[in-house]
Amino acid sequence: MLVKVYITLKPSVLDPQGKTVQKSLENLGFKDVKDVRVGKYIEVQLSDTLKKEEAQKQIQKMCERLLANTVIENYSFHI
Amino acid sequence: MKWGVVTFPGSNCDHDCIYVLKELFHQDVQSLWYKETNLKGLDAVILPGGFSYGDYLRVGAMAAQAPMMKEVISFSKKGGLVLGICNGFQILTESGLLPGALLRNTSLKFMCDTVELSVSNANAKFTNRYTKNQKISMPIAHADGNYFIDSEGLKKLQDQDQILFRYTQNPNGSVDDIAGICNEAGNVLGLMPHPERVCEDVLGGEDGRALFESMMS
Repeated sequence: MLVKVYITLKPSVLDPQGKTVQKSLENLGFKDVKDVRVGKYIEVQLSDTLKKEEAQKQIQKMCERLLANTVIENYSFHI
Repeated sequence: MKWGVVTFPGSNCDHDCIYVLKELFHQDVQSLWYKETNLKGLDAVILPGGFSYGDYLRVGAMAAQAPMMKEVISFSKKGGLVLGICNGFQILTESGLLPGALLRNTSLKFMCDTVELSVSNANAKFTNRYTKNQKISMPIAHADGNYFIDSEGLKKLQDQDQILFRYTQNPNGSVDDIAGICNEAGNVLGLMPHPERVCEDVLGGEDGRALFESMMS
């Protein structure tokens, strides 16, 4: 079972990396770029025998405990 | 006083700390492997600088889950002194022993420099041998030293005098120029600058000595 986990910086946290990527895009001529924020995408393979509900529970715990730092990041996932 | 210095895979300032404590302060120091779980009889534990676990996922995130950290957490709850330097500071925030988080420097560059710090609170367990507002210099060497905390958390740090060191010229974008903070109980300190690198004049300064002397007093 493939779980796709998306980690993004909270809106209140500045993202200098995103700002730099944004500048580079503008330099390449993409004049319509208004903002860029860089996050992480993680693929987790879970055992196929797991029920979806249990998988959700487990992934949530993984995000809270390790995959995301909830002081600075939000997370979402898709099973 | 009995000290332990933790070595995680990727720590690289562990031996500097051991050298300073053993050779300069003649302390009883032992090296602790990250898989060990015995801190019995120790008075203080140091989480040294370096790049534990190659900074994978987030700086300090993997080390915060290492077997040793469970022990360090319960050691701190019992009042043991914990000092996290650089990567050690990052591990302390990731493990929840200190509030906030350390983000990439606003310059996005790894900074290797000597910076001036101001001692914001000289009454703490880690700073009682300094004087308030004393200017000291210490080296920094980090890419992720940009301390972040929300405004509510920052107010708490300020109100409870938990900010022990501030940069006089902010090198990395840290909120409120924060270079080092302690926990509410005052027995856990995390700071980005390296006090263990300035304990001998021959190595460029002695401003770090008072931090270790404070802990011993």
